[in-house]
Amino acid sequence: MAEHENAPNDPIIMCEDVHKWFDDFHVLKGITTSFQKGERAVICGPSGSGKSTFIRTLNRLEEHQRGTIIIDGIELSDDLHNINLIRQEVGMVFQQFNLFPHLTNLENITLGPIRVRKLTKSEAEEIALSLLERVDIADQAYKYPAEISGGQQQRVAIARALAMEPKIMLFDEPTSALDPEMISEVLDVMRELAHSGMTMLVVTHEMGFAREVADRVMFFDEGVVVEEATPADFFDNPQHERTKLFISQTLQH
Amino acid sequence: MKAPEAIQEIQPPDNTKGPRAWVKDNLFNTWYNALLTCVAFVFLFFVLKGFLTWTFTEAEWKVIPANLQLFAIGSYTRDQVWRIWTVLYILGVLIGLSAGLWGGLVYRFALALSGIWLIFALLPFELATRGWFLGAIATIALPFFIGRGRTGLRRWILAGWLLSFPVIMVVLRGFGENGVLTSNWGGLLLTLILAVVGIVVSFPLGVFLALCRQSDLPAIRWVSTTYIETVRGVPLITILFMGNVLIPIFMPGLDINQVLRMMFAITFFSGAYMAENVRGGLQAIPRGQIEAAQAVGLNYVKTTRFIVLPQALRSVIPTIVGQFIALFKDTSLVSIIGLIDLLGVAKSVIANPDWLGLQAEVYLFAAVIYFVFCYSMSYGSQEIEANLGVGLHQNL
Ligand SMILES: Nc1ncnc2c1ncn2[C@@H]1O[C@H](COP(=O)(O)OP(=O)(O)OP(=O)(O)O)[C@@H](O)[C@H]1O
Ligand SMILES: [Mg+2]
Repeated sequence: MAEHENAPNDPIIMCEDVHKWFDDFHVLKGITTSFQKGERAVICGPSGSGKSTFIRTLNRLEEHQRGTIIIDGIELSDDLHNINLIRQEVGMVFQQFNLFPHLTNLENITLGPIRVRKLTKSEAEEIALSLLERVDIADQAYKYPAEISGGQQQRVAIARALAMEPKIMLFDEPTSALDPEMISEVLDVMRELAHSGMTMLVVTHEMGFAREVADRVMFFDEGVVVEEATPADFFDNPQHERTKLFISQTLQH
Repeated sequence: MKAPEAIQEIQPPDNTKGPRAWVKDNLFNTWYNALLTCVAFVFLFFVLKGFLTWTFTEAEWKVIPANLQLFAIGSYTRDQVWRIWTVLYILGVLIGLSAGLWGGLVYRFALALSGIWLIFALLPFELATRGWFLGAIATIALPFFIGRGRTGLRRWILAGWLLSFPVIMVVLRGFGENGVLTSNWGGLLLTLILAVVGIVVSFPLGVFLALCRQSDLPAIRWVSTTYIETVRGVPLITILFMGNVLIPIFMPGLDINQVLRMMFAITFFSGAYMAENVRGGLQAIPRGQIEAAQAVGLNYVKTTRFIVLPQALRSVIPTIVGQFIALFKDTSLVSIIGLIDLLGVAKSVIANPDWLGLQAEVYLFAAVIYFVFCYSMSYGSQEIEANLGVGLHQNL
């Protein structure tokens, strides 16, 4: 267990030669990268290239088999205590929202603060209501997830993650399951979050969002980071053939 | 062009029909349905006529009131019956308090139970018995008014329910020779004790086994799977026999009476089935639910407690209650090792020369009793489902 003293300029996420296999299928083939506090990175790449797998290793929803991942000074290992610490610092938003259908929207958000952060019910509800305000759906607090639209559900899911006061937010294709007219309401929330200084890793095909918000765009293909650059360089001056192909295909749509 | 406000509020069309139209649409809509309807009516008419004639003119119902106490408590020592009243009063207090605290279904149950006691109190029993029944109503009613609205008491009442089980067993048994040997427990009393203990213990056992069967640790998974599959591969009768014979061999020195042995056997049997029912619910939980719970930092226990089990159990309420009902009826098998439960009493009454030839009356009575309890469980389960909105919030 390595618990480092956190110097101000240390990256908040450090990945060193991260490998991941599903059985003998090599999905991540040595990812080495790091993210600074407050950085906003967009991850893109073709289907099956390992984008989801990569961000899921960062909160241990997937286990990496080789290499090192250090989040905010805590190394990810089999140590359950460390895993739980890291999960409290890393919020995650899923493509399919994954709200808890048996709980109201408010309870979805207060569950973590009450059961993990040990806040009282009223403290947690106060936080939850102000977060629902922030994502602009305070009026849906006492409904169940099945009773609100996809875009609203995804905003509840973002509020749920934020309620743990994470230092890092991971987004795995947060708008891919949404009808087109709901995409912008979710992107608006994410944009606001980015401006608030949150460290964000976003897997998305929304290239407009990447161009506008990202500090860095990373391009994954077949388990490696093929190219990473500022959005301007990435879109206007891609270096690799695969990147060029991907950009031309994506921008056609 | 019409202005937008000209759009009228339109009521949904009224699709309800009169009884005449209903009959025409549902019973006589085609020539073969009309034919079937007629045949069914003729058949029903003769069956009902035969049944009603028998019930009201031929059946000798006096066998029931004459043996009512036997049906209720078997050969429970008669001068110790106060023990049973005590138990009913303990339960009455708990039910009354719970009805006040939770309302809803519990309240309706308390009401129904009070109604039943009231009817009994009005029947021509001995005066003392009728007094006991009236008292039973009071033990429900008073705690109800005490408990009403005091939600802070809830966890104490739950603890009270848990504690009531051993207390009730001790009260029923008493100590040594002065008490009532379990071999004298019988009738509906025995049936209820076996069923309630079986249900209350096999449910958590089943949940535990189901979780073990899904464990990441192979050893735990293996033990649980072996247990479940073994028990499910053997008929209940065999397990009852084996429990009766093997428990004294495995635990010599410990004097475990037959009733206790049967409790063990029934619970172990039912637990395995319960586990499979619960597992069905566990498997229906999408992976994303668990991942989302982990992502907000919930550990295994909390994920299971707050995310997995509430959803899994909710979706299998109908099957679980089906299992409870099966267990209730299966308790009648204990008569094969000589315990005299409700069905056992029925058999012994029929065998009594005083009541020769009255099988139909006695078995029908026993059947009605079983039905009342089983149907109540079924009704309760439907109410709980409706209250929890099973299916409504289920699909995202
Ligand atoms: N649990 C798993 N078991 C086996 N293989 C898996 C598993 N999860 C993912 N894979 C495989 O790993 C590869 C990478 O998957 P991943 O989900 O990371 O891709 P992705 O880049 O997110 O793609 P997409 O854009 O389709 O979401 C895919 O080929 C996928 O089939
Ligand atoms: Mg993916």
